Amino acid sequence: MAMFDLSIIWAVIIGFGVIMYVLMDGFDLGVGILFPLAPDEESRDVMMNTVAPVWDGNETWLVLGGAGLLGAFPLVYSVFLPALYLGVFLMLAGLIFRGIAFEFRFKSHRNRHWWNRAFCWGSAVASFAQGVVVGAYIQGFPVEDFVYVGGPFDWLTPFSVLTGLGLMAGYALLGATWLILKTEGPLQEWAYRLAPRLLLAVLGVFAIISLWTPFVDTGVRDRWFGHLQLIWIFPALALACAGLLWRAVRQRREGQPFIATLGLFVFTYLGLVVSKWPVIVPPDYTIWDAASDPGSQLFLLIGVLFVIPIVLAYTAWSYWVFRGKVRPGEGYH
Amino acid sequence: MELDPLLLSRLQFAFVVAFHAIFPVFTIGLASYIALLNGLFFKTDNPAWDRLALFWTKVFAVVFGMGVVSGIVMSFQFGTNWSNFSQAASNFLGPVLSYEVVTAFFLEAAFLGVLLFGRGKVPQGVHLFAAIMVAIGTFISSFWILSANSWMQTPAGVELIEGRFHVTDWSEAIFNPSFPYRFAHMVLASFLTGGFVVAGVSAWYLLIGRDREANRKALSMCLWLLLVLAPTQAVVGDFHGLNTLEHQPTKVAAMEGNWERSSNTPLLLFAWPDQEAQENRFEIGIPGLASLILTHHVEGEVPGVSEVPPEEQPPVWIVFWSFRIMVALGFAMIGAALAGLWLRRGGRVYEHRGFLQLMRVMTITPFIAVLAGWVVTETGRAPWVVYGLMSHAEALTPSLTGGMALFTLVGYMAVYAVVFLCGVYYLTRVVRQGMLPEPAHDDEVHRPKRPLSAAHVPFEDASSQPGRS
Repeated sequence: MAMFDLSIIWAVIIGFGVIMYVLMDGFDLGVGILFPLAPDEESRDVMMNTVAPVWDGNETWLVLGGAGLLGAFPLVYSVFLPALYLGVFLMLAGLIFRGIAFEFRFKSHRNRHWWNRAFCWGSAVASFAQGVVVGAYIQGFPVEDFVYVGGPFDWLTPFSVLTGLGLMAGYALLGATWLILKTEGPLQEWAYRLAPRLLLAVLGVFAIISLWTPFVDTGVRDRWFGHLQLIWIFPALALACAGLLWRAVRQRREGQPFIATLGLFVFTYLGLVVSKWPVIVPPDYTIWDAASDPGSQLFLLIGVLFVIPIVLAYTAWSYWVFRGKVRPGEGYH
Repeated sequence: MELDPLLLSRLQFAFVVAFHAIFPVFTIGLASYIALLNGLFFKTDNPAWDRLALFWTKVFAVVFGMGVVSGIVMSFQFGTNWSNFSQAASNFLGPVLSYEVVTAFFLEAAFLGVLLFGRGKVPQGVHLFAAIMVAIGTFISSFWILSANSWMQTPAGVELIEGRFHVTDWSEAIFNPSFPYRFAHMVLASFLTGGFVVAGVSAWYLLIGRDREANRKALSMCLWLLLVLAPTQAVVGDFHGLNTLEHQPTKVAAMEGNWERSSNTPLLLFAWPDQEAQENRFEIGIPGLASLILTHHVEGEVPGVSEVPPEEQPPVWIVFWSFRIMVALGFAMIGAALAGLWLRRGGRVYEHRGFLQLMRVMTITPFIAVLAGWVVTETGRAPWVVYGLMSHAEALTPSLTGGMALFTLVGYMAVYAVVFLCGVYYLTRVVRQGMLPEPAHDDEVHRPKRPLSAAHVPFEDASSQPGRS
């Protein structure tokens, strides 16, 4: 082994990319899921304006993740995508429809209701598909000799449907708390009322998943009930975030609910990561089995380490430019 | 009938790539043109250049946006339908394709926003610099994509061990034998595409009499450009063909419709290749010309398709006819450029309605030529995905069924049809309203990032608004 382990560096980069994507595209997908429930059409304009300037930057991380996986962990790429074939298609179709809805809804008047539908359904389908990916990942994939050997619908189980619905609820919660942060008046009040209900739904699904997962995967059971007690800190912190969120909403705080939801996602994600580490293609393949040649990992690392800080800086700058409340009649036309 | 996942996957890949390719092939040429216009404005301070730059930047924004949307699918196609290929070739293709993505994001993050939204907010020199960087970025992106594609055509710098390619020499792999020719051919194709679109739109504006000064400049400029580029492309294409003759003789044989190795081979103007009989029907050709073009000697030998067994042959009629379409359109482009030169005498080029109509129609030709050329090179290497080393059948995802492949093929066609129709419809509106004096816009509403928001033309006619003449 070289001085440093490239596979671990890459696992950290990809892991970072995934959570960046989940947090950032999560809230704008969530806004899309909540779209049909909005009080009125003017609220929908405002809702869309709160995410319009940042959504495509958020999706940058998905493409970067897809390309990075092919470069660093090709086994993940060549097992997950065939195994989740139809789910991947649904996710991409959903993302494309909501993408063009962003562009054309504001340019359109007579056909606006069609773009509303495209935005909502696209967001909902993409979110559900991503949640199903999480469920399928926990279940594991039948792989022989580095090739996926399962059927086209192996991913579709009651468990993965549950994780799909769970992620939809989670994204909707991110969306609602984002709206609390970015809006005011009746729309914000609506989001305040919605957030606790979504939180209960999310916690309910999380509870079922947590009880179910040890039965789906014995490796996970051994990890949690083995000698590594320190990892219980992650679910504890996730619950603490949930409590903070509950209180912040009751006290009508504006920024805290969103921050607390981000924390809830991060600690749940870390809990999932430590359940599986260092397995990356469950149940059997570790990051070292899935890795490409060290030379290839190094070649790509140079470019990625150069670009990620720039993308991060630019992302921070766009959010800074876009800080503050969005009011009716402002934004894109 | 049994659904064949291999055929359906190939159709799907061909469809999504062809659909995606038409956007970047245009934006690459257009980005350089915009940089040039900004440079001319910077140097001469003539507002006509500025009006042109502003208008074409809007078109660029819409097309770039559509390219990004259709491109997301591409980064997943290799894994969903060609997982064995992804796994086998990942050591090379993974980093190379990722570098393309990384370049595109770097470009978008750093310079695209300044180009699209920075006009009047940053110093003019900075704006020009951003325009140049965007243009350079599009070249770097196509550099990586064409390196990946060329490597699949003429693999080099790798070792195949137990079904996986391992890179032994990065520079040999990246700069593989067909790469320089393919890259030059493609860059010229992008310039030709950009040139013919700008010329066609300018001709149309001249026909309806809108902003004559700026559009005369644009048309004249494009015609000079095309006069140089169109013949250059023919020469580069010839060199590319010679390179293909050396590395992929069967592809050249299929392009020529030549079944048996022969000398004094005719250039076929028409033929109906019959794959089963391994011969042509209804042949009409010019004796010796194919030999002359390929070997620069009338008695030169031209390889034949039948030299490889039938299961290693490409479908000849597709390659044969796509090649003829591409070449015919190439000559039409040279002809249009020469007609422009002829009409310059006495300045008739801006008045001659027949010529302006011709240029309008020619707008579509580079797109067809690019797609036809792409069919030639991709179908011509069949059945190989990595030439001589890995076949399409070996590359396919083993778990893929015909039904799944058909479902997503129809699905992507439906999704892209919506994207394409909306995009083209909106683009025609941008062009129709283009080059008119802009109503003043509240600049505060333009926030960074989304390319399409640089164009603010409504999606449909507002019923309350009086029609513009």
